[in-house]
Amino acid sequence: MPRRIVSGIRNIGHRVIESIWRLGIASRFFILVLLKSGTSLRRFNLVIRELYFTGVLSLIIIVVSGLFVGMVLGLQGYETLQKYGSESAVGTLVALSLVRELGPVVAALLFASRAGSAITAEIGLMKATEQLAAMGMMAVDPIARVVAPRFWAGVISMPFLAAMFSVMGVFGGYLVTVIFIGVDEGSYWSQMQSAVDFRFDILNGFIKSCFFGVAVTAIAVFEGYDAPPTAEGVSGATTRTVVTSSLVILGLDFILTAFMFRGVS
Amino acid sequence: MTSDHLIEVSDLNFSYDTRAILKGIDMTMRRGQVIAVMGGSGSGKTTLLRLISGAIQPTSGYVKFAGEVVHELDRDALFKLRRKMGMLFQFGALFTDLSVFDNVAFQMREHTNLPESMIRDLVLMKLHAVGLRGAHRLMPNELSGGMARRVALARSIALDPMLIMYDEPFTGLDPISLSVIGNLIRRLTDSLGMTSIVVTHDVQESLKIVDYVYFIADGVIAAEGTPKEVRESVAPFVHQFIHGEEDGPVPFHYPAQAYRKDLNLEDSVA
Repeated sequence: MPRRIVSGIRNIGHRVIESIWRLGIASRFFILVLLKSGTSLRRFNLVIRELYFTGVLSLIIIVVSGLFVGMVLGLQGYETLQKYGSESAVGTLVALSLVRELGPVVAALLFASRAGSAITAEIGLMKATEQLAAMGMMAVDPIARVVAPRFWAGVISMPFLAAMFSVMGVFGGYLVTVIFIGVDEGSYWSQMQSAVDFRFDILNGFIKSCFFGVAVTAIAVFEGYDAPPTAEGVSGATTRTVVTSSLVILGLDFILTAFMFRGVS
Repeated sequence: MTSDHLIEVSDLNFSYDTRAILKGIDMTMRRGQVIAVMGGSGSGKTTLLRLISGAIQPTSGYVKFAGEVVHELDRDALFKLRRKMGMLFQFGALFTDLSVFDNVAFQMREHTNLPESMIRDLVLMKLHAVGLRGAHRLMPNELSGGMARRVALARSIALDPMLIMYDEPFTGLDPISLSVIGNLIRRLTDSLGMTSIVVTHDVQESLKIVDYVYFIADGVIAAEGTPKEVRESVAPFVHQFIHGEEDGPVPFHYPAQAYRKDLNLEDSVA
């Protein structure tokens, strides 16, 4: 029995050490990506190409999800608010929920599963098929040429996708509450306008999505680059990207919210 | 005398952790030659290529390429040296997101400031040399295995290297593609004045095209010589390898305890 306990403790210790070790490798990799970003910034067409794959191709899922989330928010918000006779405030509720929280967070979660997993799988497969090794043999650094452009494309597209998500959500809320239910259009927009603050709500939402963009793409490129060069390895890395990014997004969101909305009534 | 030698490998040792992969390898490779490095799977052939290209560091000994000790170079110098080397990976390792044309143009665009019109001409010339000028618009997933390897070959000669290393270039090819690749290796080496190292276990095809053969077994050079010498060799390992015999110095059976004991027959007899 004691032997089993000892081996259990040893196992936990081993895992902790391994995780910290991996975190160290990931941090070093992240710094390396930043240091080797010169090529991406000089030859910006490399980033633009990736912006198409990570940003533009993610638009459809962001737009559709944003619309539906906004519609549901409008519906639920109206249901509750009308009990207190304040259904005209539904615009405020929809806009604040989206701009502060749901826009950045849900867009980032969708981005992690749509673009993050694709980035990991692509880099992982390039490694498994020796494309990265071939690049190294041609005296071209794969981190500068393959990883950095994908990283920057993800970082740049995330805030725009989050903004798009919020815009579509507000429109979805408008569709349900104003067009279908018949809430006064003037109060929907004017209450929203007076309640949403540029500095506290929009800017903070934007900052959040920037953080999420860095986190998701950094995890995605690292997992891809670090994946064992086998089918199993790449599939495991892709799963890890989605799981880790989702947890990091939610954890980061709490920390950022705690800092941003201190003292805001 | 030594300027004739492009590569000198001296007392080269390499181990993963405590497992010795290469043990005291000595080799000399002259300019303009096609050299085969043969040996069974896992004998350390690919490791040797990785050491020559500086991808890994030797435990002791050195590889000298064009007079420079490879593992002593810093990163920039190593990358500069690698522009003089080409490498053909086992399955080509073409960049799957780029067309055939862009694959061949890759290094030219990365390392030179040539105008696009000149790059176009050069790429078409390289593709013409491997017979695939007409395929320059195709994507790698539209190519057969043999074609992909020919494109990879065109890509590796893009900047006219001094050395090309081929990692198992004949694996998984049909007989026609096999002799096409074999002849291309010989022809390109001669016409471009390069040196070629072919790591392979395809005995018959490679003996037709090479000038010199090294056999590696258990991390040491088991035999070496010209194709003629190798064919006539009576050394047991070489004989087994060349003729593909099932049993010999390389045993058929992985080491195990006695067969009867494994089947629990010993006890019943006793």
